[in-house]
Amino acid sequence: MTDFRMPSLGADMEAGTLVEWRVKPGATVKRGDVVAVVETQKGAIEIEIFNEGLVSEIVVPVGGRVPVGTVLARLEGAAGAREPAAPPPLPPPAPPVSALPVTPGRPRISPAARRLAAARGIDIQRVAGTGPAGAITVADVEAVSPAPGAMPPQRPGFDPAAMRQAIAAAMSRSKREIPHYYLSQTVDASAALARLERMNRERPPPERLLPAALFLRATALAVAKTPELNGVWEDGRFRPGDGVHIGWAIALRGGGLVAPAIRNADRRPLDDLMAALRDLVLRARSFALRSSELSDPTITVTSLGDRGADAVLPIIYPPQVAMIGIGRIVTRPWVIDGTLGPRPIVAITLAGDHRASDGHRGGLLLAEIDRLLQEAETL
Amino acid sequence: MNAAEAKRLVFDVLSRIAPEADLAVLPGAAHMREELDLDSMDFLNFISALHERTRVDIPEADYPKLFTLDGAVAYLSR
Repeated sequence: MTDFRMPSLGADMEAGTLVEWRVKPGATVKRGDVVAVVETQKGAIEIEIFNEGLVSEIVVPVGGRVPVGTVLARLEGAAGAREPAAPPPLPPPAPPVSALPVTPGRPRISPAARRLAAARGIDIQRVAGTGPAGAITVADVEAVSPAPGAMPPQRPGFDPAAMRQAIAAAMSRSKREIPHYYLSQTVDASAALARLERMNRERPPPERLLPAALFLRATALAVAKTPELNGVWEDGRFRPGDGVHIGWAIALRGGGLVAPAIRNADRRPLDDLMAALRDLVLRARSFALRSSELSDPTITVTSLGDRGADAVLPIIYPPQVAMIGIGRIVTRPWVIDGTLGPRPIVAITLAGDHRASDGHRGGLLLAEIDRLLQEAETL
Repeated sequence: MNAAEAKRLVFDVLSRIAPEADLAVLPGAAHMREELDLDSMDFLNFISALHERTRVDIPEADYPKLFTLDGAVAYLSR
């Protein structure tokens, strides 16, 4: 008998609401199956299971809001596949979540119907469900016209204020616990941009690459060479990552931020990384991320893009031990072979955790990113 | 494609990328990326969708011509 528990989807999560079971008692599950949908401060997340076996009991019904670690279901004959290590729980913030009451009467709704309701600004509480066990189906949502003067579409399960609190809690913990050091390196982006321009000239728009993909590739390769900065700080010691899983910070429209993982980013070619970025941004903004994507990152990258600031001083996302920032590419005077000329340059920054590494290692990481970008043709 | 069709297409694509925006009040000469808070991925998706719906090839060098609503409509209806 194995317990399937409410996973922690990051240091900022204390509790989640079970909004959908995708399995019934008696179902056979295997590692990686999506078994439930949980509503968190990051929206509705598909929850994967990390064991094989037979679902013998559903413990928390749909609508139950329970703390991280609560048994959600029990499995029989489960092979003891290790769950991904959950980050240590947050120190209790004040005030604590109000005794985590079960929310009764939350309607059952299929994910497609939930997305449609969100897109149309329909409050699912107003929809009568005709599906199995009264679940709301797409047809039910289509039968409802939006309330006159309805607010702009609001994603179900996504409360901007709750996400703001979650971000604040995680960042407060980071500032309280992590002795940060900061480094910055100014990098000539000419070679990277030249390569992108050459590649994109021959490609239709859907296959084009953004500078972010090249920065991601260079960063992932450099992180693979600097294992001291790739992993998590747990129980008073550093645990190296089991791969380079880059958390990519994505700003949500209307506010908020998520940083889902691009797994094994150091082993994926450029086009694959670009496809992963497109997919992640799309799914993050439509709240269709998976639990493992939120719990897996071993280091986070924030790329400000071409409308951002020149440079960012990142705040590490606990329990990770480093974060890399990529500023906006700007044209600035640059000395090339003793001559001054305009060049596209970018500030690449690093926040490191002094418990796990020193600035010397961090500097080597930034220098390696720089070196790789100068050889962008080979990335 | 005439200008009215082009404008309908641009609005349809933008409404998927920025669902919360009220496009009816988007000034034709304003920079869409600023007005609608489109990042580089959003803008690439915008260009990609226009390409897929019209088969018009939009080289990167032409992107600035599509930064405004009026510019995008003119580009697609030329």
